[in-house]
Amino acid sequence: MNIAVLAKLVPDLVEELTIDSAGAKLDLAFARYIINELDDHAIEQGILLKERFGGQVTVVVPEGDGADDVLFTAAAKGADRLLKLTGFSPDIGNTRALAHHCSEIIRELKPDLVLTGVQAHNDLDGSLGSLMAGLLELPYVGYLSGVAIQNGAASVRKEYPGGLIAEFDVTLPAVLGIQAAEQPPRYVAVSKVRQTMKTATIESMPASAGASAPLLTISRMYKPEAAQHATMLAGSPEEVAAQLIGIFKELGVL
Amino acid sequence: MNTTSTMPKHEYYDAMLHAVDRGERLRLCLECGNCSGICPFGQVMVYPPSRLIAMLRADRFETVLKTDALWMCVSCYACTEFCPSQIPLTAGLMARTKEELLLSGNVPTELQAALSNSQRYGNPLGQSPRKRADWAAGITPEIQVLAKTRQAVQVLWFVGDYASYHPRVQAASRALAGLLNLLGVSFGILGPEESSDGDSQRLAGERGLFETLADKNGKAFSKYQFETIMTADPHAYNALKNEYPRLGITYPVQHYTEFLAERLEQLTPLMKREIQSKITFHDACYLGRANHVFEPPRNLLRAIPGAELVEMSHNRSNSLCCGGGGGGMWLDGFQWEKAHVRLSELRVREALAAGASILAVGCPYETPRFEDAVKTAQRESELKVRDIAELLAESIGIREGVL
Repeated sequence: MNIAVLAKLVPDLVEELTIDSAGAKLDLAFARYIINELDDHAIEQGILLKERFGGQVTVVVPEGDGADDVLFTAAAKGADRLLKLTGFSPDIGNTRALAHHCSEIIRELKPDLVLTGVQAHNDLDGSLGSLMAGLLELPYVGYLSGVAIQNGAASVRKEYPGGLIAEFDVTLPAVLGIQAAEQPPRYVAVSKVRQTMKTATIESMPASAGASAPLLTISRMYKPEAAQHATMLAGSPEEVAAQLIGIFKELGVL
Repeated sequence: MNTTSTMPKHEYYDAMLHAVDRGERLRLCLECGNCSGICPFGQVMVYPPSRLIAMLRADRFETVLKTDALWMCVSCYACTEFCPSQIPLTAGLMARTKEELLLSGNVPTELQAALSNSQRYGNPLGQSPRKRADWAAGITPEIQVLAKTRQAVQVLWFVGDYASYHPRVQAASRALAGLLNLLGVSFGILGPEESSDGDSQRLAGERGLFETLADKNGKAFSKYQFETIMTADPHAYNALKNEYPRLGITYPVQHYTEFLAERLEQLTPLMKREIQSKITFHDACYLGRANHVFEPPRNLLRAIPGAELVEMSHNRSNSLCCGGGGGGMWLDGFQWEKAHVRLSELRVREALAAGASILAVGCPYETPRFEDAVKTAQRESELKVRDIAELLAESIGIREGVL
């Protein structure tokens, strides 16, 4: 089983986001980057599959601040091969372009399974997994919370709103969008990561197909604005709580 | 879960023997069972220290690594204090065993978040390091952040994680800032350059993380000129006093109760407002039992006009842990699932039984822990939880860090 996990770095929301003065993109001068949370789950799911069904896990991360940490941590968890895609900026801000940049490299890995987080908070034009599947002409299922391998196919659990769960069989190779790994991403001790940094190597690979990547032009980026359709509650937390209780009582919820 | 062990089992005993100074005293274990009797979670600790040592001696340590009860250890030092063979159980055996559990992937999810946050943000709460000094906004005279002022100070105040970020504990930090300003102490803080002291992470088995954090703090200390370090956090105090020197980071350090008790002559005449209450003091494990600072906090409380100091049944070296040490601060759900009791609630009941209406504390873990416990025990009208700095500030008339 050859598993490729595609993970990306996104701005860490622990720091406040600001929009730059031109008003069409984030001001990333002070941003810190963190692995997209659902990509972390995709890595965990990949390692779990390897532990249960055997195989090799390759983790692919576009370059950027923190990419090496993500890759070494993945290796400490059990990933076998670490690839860093070079040649484009981390604030590419365009998921279709990223899919184009990565697809050739993923194709060359000849994976049986491509795992990636089902979404990221900075996806502006679609999710990476489905776009990647389109380019690679592979089947795709997203919002998964469980993957098993049976008779050369993937058996996956997909969660729907309202507590519905479906199980699918997917022929391989396939791309899967992970919502949650079957267990929370494991913690690896700092000493173990440090040890891995001495032994594991990161391969750098230039990103492919830059020219044909579709561009996205953002005309305006802005924070949500208060409009007429909603009632905005103002005041101290206590006042807002009192207003909420009033509303709930009026609606008969309380 | 990856539970493959990281070392051949015959080496576990050796590893434990060499985990800390005097670790070889492990050989002197009498199997007397004092450690399990005194353990605040002894009823659920499947492998209390004596049994753990028996398992090591029997070469059956692998079995221990498959269980999770050891995460109930709150590193409170009670077993160490009462061990007749004086084995360094808490810092050696228990922390080292947790390290093995952690390396084998046997670590509760709740704890993982605090460790990841400490790694990434330098604090277990997962807050932005840039906001570490935000609690000090509005205090006059303004608190010096050393990176900005670059002036030599007498005291470097190591504020600590919860005292910097937890809204309840920030109030205690502001009270202490007010006291220092009033006393005319020349002091500064590291602000965003300060990282978690790492002591609780170390005792939760994350030695590598502890060393990383200590290294960052050591580098920050070395940039500035100061005479001594003062901290309100007993965990930071313990790290700075006993652990950092092993890593070559050596500075004189005082807990704020020691620092203030030395200035009682200055403080006493300022404390004019009476606090007509019975006050009891909770000895924090890492101030009291681990470092034998028992009297300075009591001396401060005795100086408050109107206050009467009463003792709980467990006090000084026999104090009962609040449940927050050794990673317990980040294992509330886990502890509840295992024990269906919170140590903080037991402690609050002791304070009430002692007739106290104020439970005074000198550790940033405790104000929120005990306040929550008072609420769950539904005794809010009977018992208030106050940091000693808050009580002193109240008696002097300092509000929000301003006189």
